[in-house]
Amino acid sequence: MGWALAVQGAAGAISPSLPPELREPRLATLRRCLDLGAAALRAGRHALDVVELVVRELENCPHFNAGRGSVLTADGTVEMEASIMEGRTLRCGAVVGLSTVVNPISLARVLMEKTPVIYLAFDGAEAFARDQGVETKHPSYFITQDNIERLRQEKEANKLQSTKGQSPQEIPSPTDGNSRIGTVGCVAVDAAGNLASATSTGGHANKMAGRIGDTPIVGAGTYANALCAVSTTGMGEDIIRYTVARDVAAVMEHRGLPLRDAAVRVVAGMPRDTVGLVAVSATGEVCMAYNTIGMFRACATEAGHTEVGIWTDDVDANGESVSIRL
Amino acid sequence: MGWALALHGGAGDIPRSLPTERREPRLATLRRCLDLGAAALRAGRPALDVVELVVRELEDCPHFNAGRGSVLTADGTVEMEAAVMEGATLRCGAVSGLSTVVNPVSLARLVMEKTPHIYLAFHGAEAFAREQGVETKDPSHFITEDNIERLRQAKEANRVQIDYTQPMKGQSPQETKAPVDDNSQTGTVGCVAIDAAGNLATATSTGGLVNKMPGRIGDTPLVGAGTYANAICAVSATGRGEEIIRHTVARDVAALMEHCGLPLRDAAARVVAGTPRGTTGLVAVSGAGEVCMAHNTTGMFRACATEDGYAEVGIWTDEADGNGASVSVRL
Repeated sequence: MGWALAVQGAAGAISPSLPPELREPRLATLRRCLDLGAAALRAGRHALDVVELVVRELENCPHFNAGRGSVLTADGTVEMEASIMEGRTLRCGAVVGLSTVVNPISLARVLMEKTPVIYLAFDGAEAFARDQGVETKHPSYFITQDNIERLRQEKEANKLQSTKGQSPQEIPSPTDGNSRIGTVGCVAVDAAGNLASATSTGGHANKMAGRIGDTPIVGAGTYANALCAVSTTGMGEDIIRYTVARDVAAVMEHRGLPLRDAAVRVVAGMPRDTVGLVAVSATGEVCMAYNTIGMFRACATEAGHTEVGIWTDDVDANGESVSIRL
Repeated sequence: MGWALALHGGAGDIPRSLPTERREPRLATLRRCLDLGAAALRAGRPALDVVELVVRELEDCPHFNAGRGSVLTADGTVEMEAAVMEGATLRCGAVSGLSTVVNPVSLARLVMEKTPHIYLAFHGAEAFAREQGVETKDPSHFITEDNIERLRQAKEANRVQIDYTQPMKGQSPQETKAPVDDNSQTGTVGCVAIDAAGNLATATSTGGLVNKMPGRIGDTPLVGAGTYANAICAVSATGRGEEIIRHTVARDVAALMEHCGLPLRDAAARVVAGTPRGTTGLVAVSGAGEVCMAHNTTGMFRACATEDGYAEVGIWTDEADGNGASVSVRL
């Protein structure tokens, strides 16, 4: 059995022609996060600590849609959200509408551990961040040129879509096809069998101000119980209505399916091109399943299996792949 | 089979000693809502319309913790939230952090029908409300004397408080037993329905927790927690938001029915029994026309009616005014 860890950095229409200069920095970060997470697990750290530290790294990396590097709302601002959950106790914390907090996932954890509240949003969440003295920066810190450009393209695409009937996917994006969606997340089971899940995002490019996606919703973007831990990414609205993360655990429990089969069943039941997830179970199973073109992902197990990839034919794995594209 | 409807006005440690003047107006509103909902269903209105119209009535009634009459945050303000969901399509809409919108449930429906999103909150939700031209009022419209008093008491006791059991004006604190668990919550209103065509829908609305941290969101607007509907059943929950969230109450009822083949009553009982005592209540209807109203709290303001003539209104279990075998379950 032993520990296991899986990380995701977004599922979506990631074009296979994504140039190396856009691919490599993200893959490098995923590898670095995998190493950090694996080292922590090897050192006996609790799953909750591990998922938090991995997601903090991803939030700090400007190439992922979380923390710094978050996509922008229709108003050109950043509204970040994150949630964390501990399987054994069902303790959880979620924050929404953050604009100055450097590590939303850590604020979610503080909320879980310091208050009876699970979910805190916008001004109240920002006030709590100040109360708690977590690291904050001016909103401009989170905004990258890439995302300013993405927003411009999104607005352009929406205009074209309404005037010419062209779908946003038909408008080529100079950055990558994953222009609208994205999330980062991590799931882990530690040496003691504790499960935890953490997910963080800037949301959906050009989203309406105030729009909340699946990431901070327990049962949708993030879930962990005694059976498994799940972190999802993709089209937030679909993930919400299909309660994806919760369903994986429910299917395992009620149908007695192994993790892989449960994940496949849930992902296959979703509309095409909407979802990806990473999951680990209490018995050390790992699964990374998606029904999109690709998903930035990585995983490692105590038994020595490691895997990093975006699509299915590029996977750098030693051992049989735990990735499934549906 | 036929149509069926169930609604609630909050589960919690509602004391038997609740005075008549605090009990009767609420029961009267529940009966009125039941009649309105049943009439709409009889007239062939879709379930989604029915749950919205019933919850609007409950929001407008100042005696329930939703819309006008919402409990107050620690800052003395109102932050309302609501959600709707349509079972056949899984379409849903949710709003949080509203302070001027007269009917949050209707705004939630507009989010669902007029935007590509499901959930809007705070400033963004208020801005959307103005864009849509829904009825808004000055925040003071929603604030009632009762709730100002509740907040004052909660701050005095420095704890988050339930609505119903604290002494109100004119009652001395010694006359009222301190709540067994003063963190338990009441409030929230909700309605589930299945219409003549077999469509399921649910809607829930609330002001949240007395003395809550501004920005605190509860279970009500979270799909799968306080509100959920699919082709199998429609559920609206009430109680301690945090427990309902972590136990994904509304979603779990449907999951048990689907995966374990349980009838609605058994699924609801199992889910409610699986949450800590005193924290959860729910109303639910199934695609097969079953109705269930389950709670593990002292009481739950509730009512239901079915096409074949069953009707029930009550707060606790032994006084439920029903004409037939009760569909209420106390765990």
